[in-house]
Amino acid sequence: MERWPVPGSSVPVSGPCDDGAVSRASEDSNRRMLRARDAMDRAYAEPLDVSALARIAHVSESHFIRTFKTTFGETPNRYLQRRRVERAMFLLRTSDQRVTDICMAVGFSSLGTFSRVFAEVVGEPPSAYRRQGPLPAVPSCFGMRWLRPGSNTAVSEKSGDPAEP
Amino acid sequence: MLNAITISSLYVLDQDAALDFYVGKLGFEVKVDQQFGPMRFLTVALPSDPARSVLLELPAPPSVSAEIADQVRDVVSKGAAGGNLFFVCDDAHKTHAELKERGVDVPEEPVVQPYGIDFGFRDPFGNSIRVAQMIPPPSA
Repeated sequence: MERWPVPGSSVPVSGPCDDGAVSRASEDSNRRMLRARDAMDRAYAEPLDVSALARIAHVSESHFIRTFKTTFGETPNRYLQRRRVERAMFLLRTSDQRVTDICMAVGFSSLGTFSRVFAEVVGEPPSAYRRQGPLPAVPSCFGMRWLRPGSNTAVSEKSGDPAEP
Repeated sequence: MLNAITISSLYVLDQDAALDFYVGKLGFEVKVDQQFGPMRFLTVALPSDPARSVLLELPAPPSVSAEIADQVRDVVSKGAAGGNLFFVCDDAHKTHAELKERGVDVPEEPVVQPYGIDFGFRDPFGNSIRVAQMIPPPSA
């Protein structure tokens, strides 16, 4: 291990750095909600429900939706919709799969729901969005973060169901 | 003009827990662990890449106010503090299995990407970590 020269006194001080060392309840809660949100990013194509997500977060179901919304500013249902729509946006512009296949591939089970949610979130239907042409390649983790549509568009949701309505 | 990156900083919420994770589980070595007055200057590096250190920095007074420290801690634990480490390895599946054996929470399986095979996880605080086996392998 290297030791760096310290000007003046080099007497170790313990104290101020230790004050924040203990994991705080709110941070622990944030981290749990983040674990569930990561699961939605990863397994968006699967039929995720509240009980599965609450298990991933290690919290009770009743606690989960409310805490998630407090933590990230939107319900888990809304977040999952945006993740699925983001992945659909990606596939529409990087593949020539049919819209119906893309709808299923990103986790929607109904083309009608997919089309409605997509248009509400993106502002135009999937076919019109596709006409914008191919996307440049970026690392998937950044693509998933930055290509995701914003959360400030109105989408009706059922608060009890994080999967599609 | 500039030659290399020698130290990059990462906010951690507990420096001892950070050592347990980055040294104990990911295989980093401590480069510098020294008190500078109220600051514990803590850097770690990979044995295979000793010139590039990561500063494991605690957001705390007097560097920032107690109020800002709380805000930073909140944002770190929500995964939004911008902490990202990208690693390369020779064998993503093998590395994935080794991390799991060491008790790292790695919920994502390795995925084949156009540029290689990669997977991601987070440190105990919320920082993002990605590991990739690049195609073609990066030159040593």
